[in-house]
Order: sequence, then structure tokens, then C-alpha cells
Amino acid sequence: MRMPTSFRTSILSACLLSATVFIGQPVFAVTIHMIPQGDLKILDPIQNPGYITRNHGYMIYDTLFAQNAAGVIKPQMVEAWKVSADKKSWSFKLRDGLKWSDGSPVRAADCVASLKRWGAKDVSGRLLFAAIGDIKAVDASNFSITLKEPFGPVLEMLGKPSSNVPFMMPERIAATDPNEQIKETIGSGPFAFKRDEWVPGSKVVYVKNPHYVPRKEPSDGLAGGKVVKVDRVEWNYIPDQNTALTAFRNGEMDIYELPPADFIPTLTADTNIKLAADPLGNQGWLRPNHLAAPFDNPKARQALYYLVNQGEYLAAAGFPEAYRHKTCMAYFMCGSVNESSAGAAPYGGGKDLEKARKLLQEAGYKGEKIVVLTPSEPPVQAAAAMVTVQNLKKAGVNVEAQAMDWSTLLARRAKKDGWHIFHTFSVGADVFSPAVNAYAQANCDKAPSGWPCDSKLEELRAAWVAEGDASKRKTITDELQKRMYEVVPYVNFGQFFQPMAYRKTLSGVLNVGVPVMWNIEKK
Amino acid sequence: MNYLLKRILAVIPVLAVVAVIVFLLLHLAPGDPAVIIGGDTASAEDIERIRQTLGLNRPLPEQFFHWVGQVVQGNLGTSVFTGMPVAEMIMQRVEPTLWISALTMLFAVTFAVPMGILAAWKAGTWFDRAISGLAVASFSLPVFVIGYALVYGFSTHLGWFPVQGFKSLSDGFGPFIRHLALPVISGGLIYMALLARMTRSTMLEVLGEDYIRTARAKGLSTPRLLLRHALKNAAVPIVTTIGLGIAMLLSGVIVTESVFAIPGIGRLTVDSILRRDYPVIQGIVLVTATAYVVINLVTDLLYGLFDPRIRY
Repeated sequence: MRMPTSFRTSILSACLLSATVFIGQPVFAVTIHMIPQGDLKILDPIQNPGYITRNHGYMIYDTLFAQNAAGVIKPQMVEAWKVSADKKSWSFKLRDGLKWSDGSPVRAADCVASLKRWGAKDVSGRLLFAAIGDIKAVDASNFSITLKEPFGPVLEMLGKPSSNVPFMMPERIAATDPNEQIKETIGSGPFAFKRDEWVPGSKVVYVKNPHYVPRKEPSDGLAGGKVVKVDRVEWNYIPDQNTALTAFRNGEMDIYELPPADFIPTLTADTNIKLAADPLGNQGWLRPNHLAAPFDNPKARQALYYLVNQGEYLAAAGFPEAYRHKTCMAYFMCGSVNESSAGAAPYGGGKDLEKARKLLQEAGYKGEKIVVLTPSEPPVQAAAAMVTVQNLKKAGVNVEAQAMDWSTLLARRAKKDGWHIFHTFSVGADVFSPAVNAYAQANCDKAPSGWPCDSKLEELRAAWVAEGDASKRKTITDELQKRMYEVVPYVNFGQFFQPMAYRKTLSGVLNVGVPVMWNIEKK
Repeated sequence: MNYLLKRILAVIPVLAVVAVIVFLLLHLAPGDPAVIIGGDTASAEDIERIRQTLGLNRPLPEQFFHWVGQVVQGNLGTSVFTGMPVAEMIMQRVEPTLWISALTMLFAVTFAVPMGILAAWKAGTWFDRAISGLAVASFSLPVFVIGYALVYGFSTHLGWFPVQGFKSLSDGFGPFIRHLALPVISGGLIYMALLARMTRSTMLEVLGEDYIRTARAKGLSTPRLLLRHALKNAAVPIVTTIGLGIAMLLSGVIVTESVFAIPGIGRLTVDSILRRDYPVIQGIVLVTATAYVVINLVTDLLYGLFDPRIRY
């Protein structure tokens, strides 16, 4: 007996449906899965300078200018620009056809509002806006900046590669108070954020922005054409690093943004995986509290330099030798355009506990308790704190390592008393010049925790940003660094390279210090 | 019905006390979300402005009554970091936690009750000793050790299951169960051990009763004797243990969620505590406290089903 066709069709459909339910929905979109460095919890890259938020910014926003692989600033959203002979009047024209991810056109007024918000928040933005007399939209695609005083690195600031990046947003969003988080996520970048699929603490989803207009030039660093070659990117946050490593090596994830340093040998040995580290790397910071005795005395801060052997710190943090820079005494990074050895000579001999002890005595230290804020994680900061504690003890200092989680540390260090030293680090792009290096500020209450206060240092920083000539700027950099070694806003505990790991099924991955997802193809 | 109404009304003062204690503990503990939002480069002035926009600079009683006012209107507030409604964040995380808890308990009960019954029936034999040994081993091994071992064996080595993540049932039964299998086994072993021990000891007690001897003398089959007569009378402590187990699971599932990167309530709680996301922590505690009270109530009501002498 033959079954009726309709009945057979129904059975076949039911079987297929059951199979689909059992096996799962077919997924045809090419998706990159990345284990991000942390949980994306704040969506506003202007309000929050965290690197995970910055990375989110690079997914959905675009910039007026961007840095190429050689560190040269190139136009991005800008088509053309002009500067007057006295370098005080700047005019910019946006590229034709730029659109926000909701399909509306990008206007010059949007860019002006975005720059104003960034200028109210960012370290270098504040410097630039202090020099700006007027900034206004001329028409829909042109805007102008008029400086009231000379400012050298205008384009460098507009193309600043790291936190806070001057990302462009629609005017209505950019009108938000810079200390308040934006409520919409509309950008003109290569991807669009899928808010409906966002699970904070677990998953962030981006899809290709259909309205994005890439530049014609090939990708080059953060500049050039941001051509998206996949349909979807998922950031899958995995808090347990062992699980993250196993999932990555098992092929469940394509990119492991920042594997802990002690995983580097395992990943290097895996033939399915490639590692790529930002060539500029990161700089470790030991920050003394300039308001708390004995570190209110520069001699005590200079003593800290004699406690530091950079190799010791980086080894404690787990970095293999290939991922550590040899001792680097440049405040503005070794390998950067502002690398200098000025003022470093007295400390070139490395750790000298006797000298440290002597300087501490000269600073009036009489055995009072020194509190080192010691976090349980992140690993680099935790290891650095332990090394400092050991070295202080060896130098005869009465030291107390106060253990705490990172959030508590942030709250503790925001208070002006009750602590003497904490450790952190920053990516090279946020360190490499006096205009972007937040911890080089010595403007007292306005400086980040530690509050260095030195008018000469501030004058030199102001002179640096006012100078347009590169060779003259180099001279100022040397003077500035000499002064920094006298004042010691912080002690550099080493330059190191934290690689990003990705599977060999990916090609076109850009090694720019930010996990950008354009230009990548997945086999 | 009167009893039920009284129990439900009794929830209100419990939740009020929980709310006050949690609010005070959180706000008096060190930590400040404004400094986390401000980041490494924020000045004291920046941080103060952020505190102002979040309302964190207002006096504590004012903040408390503002929050209570919202809760009374059914609004748990908004996360200070994500800007998402707390209720939405909790809802996103409920499904994985409920599935893990339910399947873990199902796994534990399915294996533990027969194991406990048989161990009691065969008390003193090698089988009983084997079950006791397994129970002790399951108790002694931490969940994360079992989890990593299972991942090594079944994910890395055999490739049968994914290492991490969660798939909803709507993504298909296959992916759903493949993602949950290892978390459920690693989390369930300890409850299986607990329940097996409890079942064995209560069954042993019941099996020594006169009516069991009588039933056996009447020629009742062993399965009927064990399941109909002995187990039913041993059920009250077992049900209590299951109830306690479910309540413990809701808070204890955090380890399983962390090892297998499952976005459940446990991980949301820890993440929120670490970053001092006050509204989210307060919301979770309120919801969890309510869940505990409901589980206790349901457990109490179930006693009546197994033992008709218990009436409220």
C-alpha cells in the first residue's frame, strides 16, 4: 500500500524538523568568536577609558583620522583638510556618503559635538580644547577649528589611537554629559552593535554595518579601508582562563585577545595557533602617592627606582624573555618616536638597595609603615605589587602589603590617604607621548591617583604640545624626561608585550594593539 | 489555605530585613562603582562628577528609600554600568541557572535514590561499601576539579562535548544537552552523594521497622516492599534534602557556571559584587531570597503528600 504523497511529505517534514531541533539551527553566517580581555559592561568609550570599551568603540564607531602601521596619521572619515600658514585655522571636509548605522547621514555638526564631548573628558582632548578658540560646523560636511594659541599635534590628537579615542557619534548622542553614559549605540563604523543579543558578562554580538562606506585604500594599521569580510562577530567572555585556553585550543573560539603570560609557551607550541603582539607593547607603572610621607619628598620617590629591576618584575608576571623588552628607561616607551634616555643615567645600573636606603633616609623616612595596595588580580599588577613589597622589605622598609580585589584597590587609591604605592600598566599608545600619557601629568588635584604636583613639568608638557616642529619637540621631550626623573611621577617597572592569539583558520588579522575585526577572513 | 496565606505574608518582613541588611552591607563595604567607570586616568573631580550623575553622592537613607520606592512599584532599578534594567539582566540569566539546577537535581535524584535504596537493602555487602566509597569520593572532590577532569576527558580528548557555553532549548535539543551534560554531571555528583547517603540511612531505619518484617512475612515482592512501603515512609527526610539541595544549588551553581562559562545567576552575582553594581546585587538578593522562601514553602507542603499525618 502506498502512502498518500501529502502524508509522506508531512512525515519527511516532521523528520527534517526533528533533525533540525536535535542538531540545532543551521548557521550559515561566517562568525568570528573572540574571547575578549574582559567583560564589556560600559558602552560609552568617552565616559570610560577601559580598553574593552575602547575596543567596542573601534567595532561600531569611526574616527576622523587614524594612525597607520608606521605611526603616521592618515585621514579616515575626513576627505581633505587645510591649515593656515600660522597653523591656527584648520578646516576639515568629511567624505561623501558617510552614514550612521541607522542609515541617517553623518553631518559636520555631529563631529563637532563628538569632539566637544571627547575634549571634556580625555587627557589630550583637554589639552587640545584648552588651545581651541572656536570649533564649528560650516555646513553639512565641513567644520573648522580655530586655535587661540599654537598647538602642535592637532592631527595626532584627532587620530589618537587609544583611550579615550575621539570616536564620532550623532549629535543627539554626543550631547550627553560626558560623565553620564550614552544610551544609544549608533556609530558610523564597520560593525553595528546588536543590543538585543547583548548578555553582559557573557556575550556581545556585532554584525556587519550595511551602511558603512570603507575607504578605497587597503587596511594599514588603524587607517585605510576597514573592509569587513565576515557577517558577524561574537565576543564570548570566559572568566576562567583555563576554560578560555581549552575552548580556544579546541577550536570553539577563533581569537584569544589577551591570554595570561604563563599561557604563552603553550600557545606558541600549538601549530594551529599564531601569536601577534603590538610592537610597541605596554609599560608597567609603580605609582607612589605624592601626598603621603615619605613619598611627598622626591628623594623617596627616586629611591623607588633603585628598587626596580625590570626583568625581575616581568619574570614574576610570567612573561617569557621574548615578550619582555630589555631594560627600558624611556618614560615615553622604547621604540616610539619620543624614546629618550635623558635623565636616566643615575638609574641605569639597575637595582641598588643601599642607594635606595640612603635616599629614603635623606627623605626623612624613620620606619613608618608603608602601605602597598596589593591586588589579587589582574596578574601583572598582582605580581608587580609582590615584587615591590619584597624589595622594600630588603631595603629595610616597614612595609604592609594590603591584599584586596581590584575594585577595592580602585576605591582605595582614589582616596588621598591610607596608601603609599599601587601598580598598574598601560598600552604603549597611551604612554608614548607627553600629550597622551595620563600618569605624566603633574597638575596636582587634576592628575590621576598619586597626584604629582610640579609646575615645571606642566610647563614642559604645555611647551611640548604647543610646538609644531618635530626636532624642537624632541629637545623638549628630553628636558621633560629629565624633569620626570627628578620628580618621579611614577616608576616604569618594565616594557612588555602581551600577544593576541588567533587560530590559523583566520587570515588578514591586523596587529595594531587593538583587536580590530575588519580585513579578517575565516576559512 | 489559611496556612498558605500566613506563610506568604511572612515573606514580606523577611524580604524587608534582607533588603536593609544587603543595602547597608553593600554601601558600607569598600569600593565605589564611580572609580571603576572613571578608569585609570580619572581625576578626583571626574570621579565626583560620575558619582553625582549616578546619585551615589546622596545620603544613604535617601538612596535606600529611592530604591525601595522603585521596588514597591515593581522596578528593580538599572545597572550603573550597563544601563540595562536589573529585571532584564536577571531574566537573561534565569534560564541557564534553572536548567542547570533542575537537570543537576534530576541527575542526582535519578541515580542517588536507587543507589541509596539498594545500598540499604544490601547493607554491609561489597555493594553497600562501593556506594559509600563513591559517595565519599564525590563529596571530597571539588566541583571545579571534577569539571576540569571531565573537560579534559570528554571535550579535549574525545571531543564529544563543548568546553564551555550555554545553548538555549530553542537552539535545538542536541546543542542544548551537549552544552549542559558536563556541567550537570560535575555539579550533580556531590548532590548525588548527599542524597544517596541520606536515602541509605533513612531506608536502613525504615527497613528495621516491624511493619516491614510483617510485609515481608506476608510474601510481598522485594520491589513492592522497597518502593511502596519502605521508600514512602523514608521520603520526608529525602524530600527535605532535595529541597535544601535545590536551595544550595541556586547559590552553589556559581562554580559550575564559572568553570563552564555559563551565563547564569551565580556569575551575574559575582560579577556584580566585584564591580560594585549595587542595584544588580540588591535585585539578585531580593529575587534569590524570594526563591528560597518559595522552595521552603513547597518543601513543607510536600511533606503532607508523603505523610498524611502532617497537616497545616
